[in-house]
Amino acid sequence: MSMFVQGNWAYLWLFLAGFCATQPWRYLGVVLSVNLNTDSEVLVWVRLVSTALVAGLVTRMLLLPAGALASVPLDVRLGAFLSGCCLYFLTRKSLAAGVFSGGGVLILAQYFLAS
Amino acid sequence: MASKPGELRAPAWCHGASRKDAYKRGIASAPSVPVIVVLVTFVGFGALAQGAGLTMAQAVFVSVTVFALPGQVVLVDQIAQGAALLSTAFAVTLTSVRLLPLTISLMPYLRDGITPKWVEFAFAHVLAITVWIEGMRRLPPLPDGLRAPYYGGFVSALFLGIMCATTLGFLLSGQVPKEIGAGLIFLTPLYFFLSLIGVSKNSIDLLAVAIGAVLGPILYLTAPSLDLFLTGLIGGTVAYGLGKWRESGS
Repeated sequence: MSMFVQGNWAYLWLFLAGFCATQPWRYLGVVLSVNLNTDSEVLVWVRLVSTALVAGLVTRMLLLPAGALASVPLDVRLGAFLSGCCLYFLTRKSLAAGVFSGGGVLILAQYFLAS
Repeated sequence: MASKPGELRAPAWCHGASRKDAYKRGIASAPSVPVIVVLVTFVGFGALAQGAGLTMAQAVFVSVTVFALPGQVVLVDQIAQGAALLSTAFAVTLTSVRLLPLTISLMPYLRDGITPKWVEFAFAHVLAITVWIEGMRRLPPLPDGLRAPYYGGFVSALFLGIMCATTLGFLLSGQVPKEIGAGLIFLTPLYFFLSLIGVSKNSIDLLAVAIGAVLGPILYLTAPSLDLFLTGLIGGTVAYGLGKWRESGS
């Protein structure tokens, strides 16, 4: 049975488990960054931490995907990813070209490679 | 070569622009590839929330109060599994630690001495990976006084967009073929990766990308829930240390 409460109490539940569990980290970030300016040394480090974090999420989503993407074979995922990267550089770093061509290749490959 | 902020050329519209102009510019620049990708992921969230038994209003409530997709997905997943409040909040909070370094590194660009403190908190409320990437890409070239209003315009439009996207996803739930659904999910990692490469300024940035990319799946399998935060902390620190070591010329 679900512990999820019904009616208006559900909003309090969502507020406590959602808002109160998420936003303090952001607000803490506002407070901690008060004395930093854009060329401070600490910021160089924090920016590298953020960069590595996002890169980790990329490979995790690609190699260990969830949801509908999990049913697509690994080689198709990697192939579509590489074609997106290639098109990005061939079009002199056009995000639209890179992102949508990769997505397009992944969708088409599923229809054409399915046997 | 690391470039100094002063070397970046401000876009042409900045010349003689007021803060109001910058706010409008921020709104106008919102319809873009990254925003479309985010909206697609929120459409996915709306569908997920519908499947978990939330009402449409509750789904939108979660999107606007949390505004970070991984946390929202965990929240809704826990509800679907009938988890207790405390354990759900704990799981959500672990996935949200990653917002801390993102916020610390972007906020200094938004502080200009004019923007009130409470607005800074409102700015942080909507700061997640995409907003961080776009902020790092778009804000540094802008003059000091225009960054905050530009960002304000951009995130206002995004805020409205995710409310609509969540609603749309709730209504469309189960209507999208799984091949297309997979393609839509796939846009997110591809966009993240290409933008990281795009905003990289030097080989140390690329090194952080490479180390993070290797650590991400490994830590996910060994330390789920804190995996992203640890990936960032270890990967970023190693890259930083190697950069210092190279700088010292040894």
